[in-house]
Amino acid sequence: MTTAAVKPATMAQALQRAMRDAMAEDPTVHVMGEDVGTLGGVFRVTDGLAKEFGEDRCTDTPLAEAGILGTAVGMAMYGLRPVVEMQFDAFAYPAFEQLISHVARMRNRTKGGMPMPITVRVPYGGGIGGVEHHSDSSEAYYMATPGLHVVTPATVEDAYGLLRASIASDDPVVFLEPKRLYWSKAEWSPEAPAAVEPIGRAVVRRSGRSATLITYGPSVPVCMEAAQAAAAEGWDLEVVDLRSLVPFDDETVCASVRRTGRAVVVHESTGFGGPGGEIAARVTERCFHHLEAPVLRVAGFDIPYPPPMLERHHLPGVDRVLDAVARLQWEAAS
Amino acid sequence: MTVQELPGSAAAAYRPTPPPAWQPRTDPAPLLPDPEPYRVLGTEAAASADPELLLRLYAELVRGRRYNAQATALTKQGRLAVYPSSTGQEACEVGAALALEERDWLFPSYRDTLAAVARGLDPVQALTLLRGDWHTGYDPHEHRVAPLCTPLATQLPHAVGLAHAARLKGDDVVALAMIGDGGTSEGDFHEALNFAAVWNAPVVFLVQNNGFAISVPLAKQTAAPSLAHKAVGYGMPGRLVDGNDAVAVHEVLGQAVARARRGGGPTLIEAVTYRMDAHTNADDATRYRADSEVETWRAHDPIQLLERELTERGLLDDGTRQAAAQAAETMAADLRERMNADPVLDPMDLFEHVYARQTTQLREQAALLRAELDAEEEAR
Repeated sequence: MTTAAVKPATMAQALQRAMRDAMAEDPTVHVMGEDVGTLGGVFRVTDGLAKEFGEDRCTDTPLAEAGILGTAVGMAMYGLRPVVEMQFDAFAYPAFEQLISHVARMRNRTKGGMPMPITVRVPYGGGIGGVEHHSDSSEAYYMATPGLHVVTPATVEDAYGLLRASIASDDPVVFLEPKRLYWSKAEWSPEAPAAVEPIGRAVVRRSGRSATLITYGPSVPVCMEAAQAAAAEGWDLEVVDLRSLVPFDDETVCASVRRTGRAVVVHESTGFGGPGGEIAARVTERCFHHLEAPVLRVAGFDIPYPPPMLERHHLPGVDRVLDAVARLQWEAAS
Repeated sequence: MTVQELPGSAAAAYRPTPPPAWQPRTDPAPLLPDPEPYRVLGTEAAASADPELLLRLYAELVRGRRYNAQATALTKQGRLAVYPSSTGQEACEVGAALALEERDWLFPSYRDTLAAVARGLDPVQALTLLRGDWHTGYDPHEHRVAPLCTPLATQLPHAVGLAHAARLKGDDVVALAMIGDGGTSEGDFHEALNFAAVWNAPVVFLVQNNGFAISVPLAKQTAAPSLAHKAVGYGMPGRLVDGNDAVAVHEVLGQAVARARRGGGPTLIEAVTYRMDAHTNADDATRYRADSEVETWRAHDPIQLLERELTERGLLDDGTRQAAAQAAETMAADLRERMNADPVLDPMDLFEHVYARQTTQLREQAALLRAELDAEEEAR
């Protein structure tokens, strides 16, 4: 975009704008959580909403995640559209019972009589030097729960578009915000925000022919950088940003892998029982005869998220991705 | 730890002062429950109770007792997977449900089928969950009855949220959330009461203290003076009521509902009652309680209590008694007949209502099941 209105905006600003636009358009949209009002959220993502829409629309709740999500269920039952903030990934665990036993199932339980149009915003992932319980990647838990959508943006534009779509969704969405990308910037026109992105579509961020990097959220920039570095080695990598883990865009992913014949799944949550296993299995089931090598995974280690002084060893970086790509070539040659 | 002695005369002059931010927020005295559970039947107050209400409560109690017996029989016939009977607790179920207006909402636990039926829910639909053909099956909006909640206390925050939302919209709707004594130990109980009080939400919490959480007696559940005492810590009034006295339950609930409706905020009510049957048909109550205890409570039966009052006031003749029994029998016969018919289920419904719009993944799985069903059909 080259219009004068375009200027750098952060992902946090795009998310805030998405909530503001949704609240302005739809009086049933309510933002709630700990510190979301006066403080504007610990990451300032809800900055200004309480001032603009009042404390009834952007509410500082008591500090209790199960209570926050549980009351949101009741509010949704009465026709509101709650947008709930869980301050940090691991702080959401007390709310798991409400999420799994009620939010995810209420539509099904009531034969469609009680949809749960709730958006649960969860800042997730590491790389910001957070102490314990501030850097978890919990997406596998959410993915394993039928009834939930699980989405995660990697760009400023998607942050806006996907959050708008999530708030508009009649189904509950776990909206994972890669917190280390909160301050990533992009040229973005707040006057003409990006289109609302339908949930469930992956996007090819970079086209290539040698192999596909399948990734999402905070690992997307890592893969983009890896792809650039790989070009120097003569590998032309394609990068697929999933954007939505549930539903999963088999079509885009498999079309890419069938083109390239090789795939690496990259994410920072643990590998064992993690999202990569599901993704690799799906790709293998659907693209086996197109594959030149096994589908590899580059993930965080199978350890509790490490203390901040060691997290760089845990997080999959460019080198680890490139090493995997190198192994793909080797497997293909043998 | 020892308190550090201040030297010399300073020690004598030292007086502790409260920290700067400390100030009493609420006088706890009006929030405290009376030590004795409130009763109407058998007291002078009963004389002024509305005859029409007494007769209505009576008819509902009799019907409720019959419903419990019929549903329990259906478990023995394999028609219900499980049934948590509320025999002995009918006064709580009925007294509470009848205290609500039509526009109000009920948030029942799994044992509160009778309350749901008293609000007009079809007796068969109220058993769908327990029969096992769908998890709830009924439309919660039709009678403003939330799904019978199986996890403990998790429906309490829902009640708070709904009541809060109604208030934000300007509707004078009250939510009643029902729970057992065991459920008060759950975290969601605490969070719901705290949210309700902070938001001044129009909610009434009714704890049916029936003595046991499956097999664990109240003494092992809590060290609180009473469950109603817990209210004080949240800044809402706590009330104790005789849970076998339908008139008292109805009155106390009615007051709490009215208070909530006029913006007075939430109330916690503990109804002291007893579960005459086992936890469910799958439980053996003789392992954890004495027959003598059960017999003590049998002498305090909610239907008998009300019958005595009605008889003394000349409101219960044989005709009225028979009419109530007959209505209950008709309900039971209808329930029996309809429950004995096999429900017609479409397995393809499994994929409906998971999401508003089916995902590709679910469409693929639906196609697989369709093919399997077709193959079954062909093989027949």
